[in-house]
Amino acid sequence: MATAAQETGIRPAAATLVTFLEAIKQAMYEEMERDPAVVLIGEDIGVYGGAFKTSEGLLERFGWERVIDTPISESAIVGAACGMSYLGLRPIAEMQFIDFIVCAFNQITNFVAKGHYLWNAPAPIVIRGPAGGGVHGGPFHSANPEMYFVHTPGLKVIYPSTPYDAKGLLKAAVRDNNPVLFFEHKFLYRRIKEEIPAEDYTVPIGKAAVRREGRHLTIISYAAMMHTSLEAAADLAKEGIEAEVIDLRTLLPLDEETILASLKKTNKCLVVHEDTKTGGIAGEIAAILCERAFGDLDGPLMRVTALDTPVPYSPPLEEYFLPNKEKVLHAARQLAKY
Amino acid sequence: MAADVVMPQMGESIFEGTITKWLKKPGDKVERDEPLFEISTDKVDAEIPSPSAGVLKEIKIKEGQTVPINTVVATIDAAGSAAAPAPAAAPAPVPTKAETPKPAAASPSAPQPVASKPGPVPVPSAPVQTAAAAPAKEAGRVHSSPLVRRMAKEHGIDLATVAGTGAGGRISKQDIEAVIATAGGTIAAPLETAAEPAYSPQAPRPAVVPPPPVAPAPAAGPGGPAAHGTQYVPALQVGVPRERLYFGDYEVEPLSTMRLKIAEHMVSSKHVSPHVYSIDEIDMSKVAALRAKSKDEFEKQYGTKLTFMPFFVKAAVAGLRAFPALNSSLDGSNVVRHKEINIGIAVALDWGLIVPIIKNADEKNILGIQRTMNDLAERARSKKLRPEEVQESTFSITNPGVFGGLFGLPVISQPNVGILGLGAIEKRPVVINDSIAIRSMCYVTLSYDHRVVDGAIAHQFLHKVKETLENWSSPLV
Repeated sequence: MATAAQETGIRPAAATLVTFLEAIKQAMYEEMERDPAVVLIGEDIGVYGGAFKTSEGLLERFGWERVIDTPISESAIVGAACGMSYLGLRPIAEMQFIDFIVCAFNQITNFVAKGHYLWNAPAPIVIRGPAGGGVHGGPFHSANPEMYFVHTPGLKVIYPSTPYDAKGLLKAAVRDNNPVLFFEHKFLYRRIKEEIPAEDYTVPIGKAAVRREGRHLTIISYAAMMHTSLEAAADLAKEGIEAEVIDLRTLLPLDEETILASLKKTNKCLVVHEDTKTGGIAGEIAAILCERAFGDLDGPLMRVTALDTPVPYSPPLEEYFLPNKEKVLHAARQLAKY
Repeated sequence: MAADVVMPQMGESIFEGTITKWLKKPGDKVERDEPLFEISTDKVDAEIPSPSAGVLKEIKIKEGQTVPINTVVATIDAAGSAAAPAPAAAPAPVPTKAETPKPAAASPSAPQPVASKPGPVPVPSAPVQTAAAAPAKEAGRVHSSPLVRRMAKEHGIDLATVAGTGAGGRISKQDIEAVIATAGGTIAAPLETAAEPAYSPQAPRPAVVPPPPVAPAPAAGPGGPAAHGTQYVPALQVGVPRERLYFGDYEVEPLSTMRLKIAEHMVSSKHVSPHVYSIDEIDMSKVAALRAKSKDEFEKQYGTKLTFMPFFVKAAVAGLRAFPALNSSLDGSNVVRHKEINIGIAVALDWGLIVPIIKNADEKNILGIQRTMNDLAERARSKKLRPEEVQESTFSITNPGVFGGLFGLPVISQPNVGILGLGAIEKRPVVINDSIAIRSMCYVTLSYDHRVVDGAIAHQFLHKVKETLENWSSPLV
């Protein structure tokens, strides 16, 4: 017997190939079906179905009380979501582009993140939205602002790289009693497809995944750069360099044990992220390795990151700005040779 | 040479695009970055610049057609442009910095210094000992890594003997694994298994080599603390993380052998013996008067100065005779009661401290004690003491008063169970028969091992010493 979701076509009856976008939509749909406390709030998510159509059809299915269009005020969206959560709801707040999450910075860092500590009032909200560059979105539609929030105790920060993980982690985020920031790399939205099981599943928050096994060096990455790293690892293998690729999946809390276990094996580490270099998670990982595994290091930690500038609008400049496979290969070869 | 023009990755999450208008016809000359065609996606309409200069050779995708990104939509013949780069298959040496042809249209310039030689990177799976090691050692230090240093330590390998094949002659993990492998099967365990039990970030690992001493291995000085350089010395434990010792401007020098021995002795004494301290005050006026009266004659006759110390030694002997518990040693659950009274006298040296022994002090008079003391102190300062002269003491006396100390609380010199500390002798107002008098007073302290000696004995001993000195009657010779 087909469920309502299957009738609408949002949730497939059997495992199918779905895009990243579809995985996000499925996760929200299923969680709203499962728990009436789950509501959506954001700009253009109702009638328009979301700027990237991630909530298309949800207004029709769940009604305007649970799919709430708002004025253009990210601060109001997060503040409202926070208040709703105090009254028992579990809102999913959408930032139309994650760049504008900083408009809600005060709400997130001073209220959402601290409530549990200050007033024993945890805010079980999810704040999600499209992030990342490589799509010529320019300086206001390409940001990777994850590290502002990784630096904020009280939050969890997720940045998945595959449709399977996106769905499983978003469901886990909705069910988590802590505020969770959920970054979706828009470059991946329609570019990758993956088979996703029809039945309900979650992916644990705070666990990294080893995407490729290797023994000469470890490449740590997440989101879109995880795919770049995998492509580089495939090329490196042809040169005799076996790179292990770790997909962090969750940035806060960081899965230190998986990182350390890999370093113990390869003794060399390269971190690839699309975020800018200074203050990026690569620096944090370098510190962790020095503190906890200095005697396992056979080379310097190396970083391939975006440059320390805003994301340029000019397409050639953006390509110069972003990490890419060639840059990863160059750094990996240097590290292997070291 | 033709370059491909592809459907670019435009707009958010776009994976396909529609060509709405070609702005050039085949055969038209185009400059790099000159608008070439217009596209429409579900988010944006845009003009697409030409990726390179040349002549538009062929349009492959017509207006109105929708194709996935990276589809070749046209080719540009770059012939006539200055670069004329060679195809990758023909590696002609290009002396100029001509750009290599980029098939991807949207990459007009190389984004990053790319590896200039695309050949395979040598990964030294079986490292060979090469001359590449030379530069690493030229500078007088061996370049390795934290991992390599740890592995060398665990396997007892001197890195100076290992040839490095890493960058700049660095000794790499592979290099040291090869050395371990050739050194014998017993230690040739692969890193994965060797590292597992040997190293845990949290717990100190049971290394083959014990933890390093606090003192860096001394570079100078024969007879330096080499023995301590290779073994763990509990006496030298640091109470705080070592890095907290190093701040500001500082110098580091190794402890002398004597200081190391003192450190070990003091720590073990404090560790072994529960110290208790008793203090008494002695009126030395009578002894002082006797000494003042006889010291010139004494020196003239016997060729040695008369000091207060022999009087204290004699008084201590009297106390030890009366309370022999203080003239003993503890051996497990047995007390060793010494029949000899051998009194160690602490002698301060410029470079430390030593405690030579006045053997059979009970058999000597003031003159004999003074002479023995002078001889021992003299030879202590000229480093001519014989080993037996610092052994077999049964009790000790130390004299912080000689440096002006009111009194001191000395640490017991093992294997004794007591040590007498002498304060400075100075004139103080004291009450005698309800009147105030000026007397030469001296505080004496007794540190004793409470396992063997109780406070009652200790205070009676001190009282005996006090009584002996305050009522001095025995002759000097």
